[in-house]
Amino acid sequence: MFDKYILVDGSLRETADGFAFDAMLGYYRGLGLSMIEDLVVSIDGDPVSRDAISFDEGKGPIALDDMEQAYDRRWPFGNKATIAVKRPEALGAGDHRLSLKEVLRISYLPFPLVAEDSKMLTLAPMAAA
Amino acid sequence: MTSTIKRGVSLYSFQEEMFLGQMSVDDCVAFAASIGAKGIEILPEQNIPNFPDISDRDIAQWQEMMARHGTHLTCYDMFLDTKVRKDRLMSDDEQVASIRRDLILCNRFGIRNMRVLVFVRPDILERCVPYAEELDVHMGVEVHAPWHMEHVWILRTVEVADRLGTKHLGLLPDMGIFMKNYPPVFRDRFIRQGARPEVVQFILDQHAQKIMAEYTIYEVAVKMKGNKAEVAMAETLRHHPYANPRRIRDFIPYFRHIQAKFYEMDADCTDPTHAYEEVIYELVAGGWDGYLSSEYEGNRWVQDVQPVDSREQVRRQHVMFDRLIAKAQARIAAQPAG
Repeated sequence: MFDKYILVDGSLRETADGFAFDAMLGYYRGLGLSMIEDLVVSIDGDPVSRDAISFDEGKGPIALDDMEQAYDRRWPFGNKATIAVKRPEALGAGDHRLSLKEVLRISYLPFPLVAEDSKMLTLAPMAAA
Repeated sequence: MTSTIKRGVSLYSFQEEMFLGQMSVDDCVAFAASIGAKGIEILPEQNIPNFPDISDRDIAQWQEMMARHGTHLTCYDMFLDTKVRKDRLMSDDEQVASIRRDLILCNRFGIRNMRVLVFVRPDILERCVPYAEELDVHMGVEVHAPWHMEHVWILRTVEVADRLGTKHLGLLPDMGIFMKNYPPVFRDRFIRQGARPEVVQFILDQHAQKIMAEYTIYEVAVKMKGNKAEVAMAETLRHHPYANPRRIRDFIPYFRHIQAKFYEMDADCTDPTHAYEEVIYELVAGGWDGYLSSEYEGNRWVQDVQPVDSREQVRRQHVMFDRLIAKAQARIAAQPAG
């Protein structure tokens, strides 16, 4: 329902140990983190392993496996969260094809709800220290 | 006779603009008030970022907002996360506790109607009736397509309500169950996704004849070797029955609120899809006095090609409500007394 909006334009950035970007929850209400079954990321066509990904809706970074038991945290409707990816080599400045699939466990649906987006985002050079 | 049907809006209608940060809740309420839609239906899990930790101050702010716009809260849309845990479903006790939490929140907001998701089990709701009675909140099970008023799953809730003799458990119809014509916005989206004109026309013709969905799906998927968009279009038929509008009058004692689902309103303020004229006639003739609460769900069908204007869509639906209520009253007045 909101797939084309879930990757936030202009949000791709380098971090000390990889890269990060902002995303929205592709659903018409907020959802507890334990019901985010999976966040599947690929960059320039290469899939990212699940254990390299962390999520932060504002209460601090959390690994995807730990999110499964995060019963007291929610991703509110219409709010950005940061998704960080650990990666040994730098991405490098320039355009990158980023893809995100959110797999959501919605209790009233017989199947998981999937929201997907893929965008070309530009990575700005890292600010000089 | 003068109808006492009231007009309102669910904040669900403005999901596109709220998601994109183009409208705040206050903007939505102000707009509803401006078109005379004084009843506001909320989705706390959408509209209250700190849900379920809602303070008295939060509630006072909502009540102040309602007073400022001359509106009031009509309905609370609950959710039930039976799959909150990956390893097991919620126990029955946990489900009752979650629903009780929502009933208490309803009561704190001063809301007397709660929309219950259709998948919630009737025996769980039976256990919640004492709380609903104590807190004076009507639990209305959402009659949502592909269910309909006389579906046996829905009748199980009616049976519980009858057996308990309670006024606090019943139904809450979603007008999506009255899909008379295939929505043009669905058709156009599938064409943009690659559905071929001759297959699209076949599906429309099948729907116009009210042929059961499975026949059409098999024809499109197997015999016509339909592509992804064509099969998806055929499969929409499975989820959109056209229930008989005349039956809704029989259920008036069980519902106090209606989710007035729509996908698109034409420029002349008609809904090309749902049987509103037939349904509103039955509601007026039956003396129903609840809220018709707009539920615009067309954004997802047009957002790929045009900016979504939920306000204009909702405004047109309310022009239609006024027109069809007046028309029903005139039709009833013209009937011979007897």
